[in-house]
Amino acid sequence: MILTGSEATADTVHAVADTLHAAAGHAAAGHAAAGGEHGGNLFTTLLHHTQDAHELELPFMHIELPHLPAFTVAGITFDMSITKHVVFLWFAALLLVTAATIVARKNSRSRVPTGFGNLIEVFIVFVRDDIVIPNMGTAGIRYMPYLLTTFFYILLMNLLGLIPYGASATGNVNVTAGLAIIAFLMIQGSAIRAQGFGHYLKHLTGGVHWSLWPIMVPIEILGLFTKPFALCIRLFANMTGGHIVIVSLIGLIFIFKSYIIAVAPVGFVVAINFLELFVAFLQAYIFTMLTSLFMGLGMQVEGHAAAEGHGH
Amino acid sequence: MLEINPGLILWTILTFVIVLVILQRTAWKPLLTALKEREDSIRTSLHTAEEARNQAQKLLDENRKLMASAEEQSQRIIKEGRDMAERLKAEILEKANASSQQMVVQAREEIQREKESALTQLRSEVADLAITAAGKILDANLDPAKQRAIVDAAIRDINKG
Repeated sequence: MILTGSEATADTVHAVADTLHAAAGHAAAGHAAAGGEHGGNLFTTLLHHTQDAHELELPFMHIELPHLPAFTVAGITFDMSITKHVVFLWFAALLLVTAATIVARKNSRSRVPTGFGNLIEVFIVFVRDDIVIPNMGTAGIRYMPYLLTTFFYILLMNLLGLIPYGASATGNVNVTAGLAIIAFLMIQGSAIRAQGFGHYLKHLTGGVHWSLWPIMVPIEILGLFTKPFALCIRLFANMTGGHIVIVSLIGLIFIFKSYIIAVAPVGFVVAINFLELFVAFLQAYIFTMLTSLFMGLGMQVEGHAAAEGHGH
Repeated sequence: MLEINPGLILWTILTFVIVLVILQRTAWKPLLTALKEREDSIRTSLHTAEEARNQAQKLLDENRKLMASAEEQSQRIIKEGRDMAERLKAEILEKANASSQQMVVQAREEIQREKESALTQLRSEVADLAITAAGKILDANLDPAKQRAIVDAAIRDINKG
């Protein structure tokens, strides 16, 4: 479902890119070769905003980010350079740690939370009463810190993409992959903790006759990976999708080259921005909700029938 | 857009874990503890309030019952008093009646007695008078016819008196 969605998004991107290419063809002819992969130079320039980069663009400033040496482990090359998305990853982390610490200090000082502290607490209570308890029961309270961090961290990264000069780190598939890997580890860890390792392994056989194990075990193992994979792609596609829509709308201005026509795309962009604001909250909620759901399914000792890989 | 960058994945995981560890110590633990404490205190307060309400209700009921019983008792006392007064009144009346009756009887007896004594006295007085009269008559004229008339008249007089 998600794969077809992202394919559709990719098709749209190419279609828009081709149009842009055709419209801006002669103006950008000189640089067109460089942007071949993405279709057109104008589009590449606009889309550049949503992509990772080795520089940071701030008002009146252009910061070159450092390249750090890469290292290779087991044939995988880790390029640890501080890119734009790493910066925003850290910026969101810094904001989150600061805000949450201040709120914690404020709320534990007075018995009745007010203002911002109250707002944060509303979210915490929501995560606890509407996500954790229904999906995992009271045993899930133990995992509250992880789920709260997931929710607020993703929310902040999503929101940072909506401010000017900001970027959504969650619009990068590698960041969402990182989050999904942690979710994967948490899902397996909580299942092993709740069921015991032996029961966890037995669960992988799907409870069928042993002669069917050669079929069942690979399917079950595949099921373990599809859930976090869906989490990863869903968050990435949703966050990128909104940006692409905005880029496409802005692109219309350059195609028509008219200030009068510009009114419509700007109006649409404002509307899409509000939608993005909603999506930022929604996707943080969905990621947390599904992680909690998957953890809850794994933590049930029996009733694995519902746990089979219907990764939405 | 979709190019895999293991370095960024690693950065994400590292950052996330560090954020989680820091927040667990500085934010989530105190926040969740404060939340739980507050909820517990609210629950306790509600419970206490409920209990206090029940107790007040019980006291009120008890009070009401007490007042009702006091009312009843006072009614009873008044009624008893009234009964006693009634009884006393009847008794006194009866006694007074009896005593007056007795007094009347006594008076009547007295009168009877007085009357009898008076009669006796009168009789003796009359006898004396008769004797005196007889003497006088004897003194004056011893006419037997007259004597008889006089004695008869005297006796008639006595009977009349």
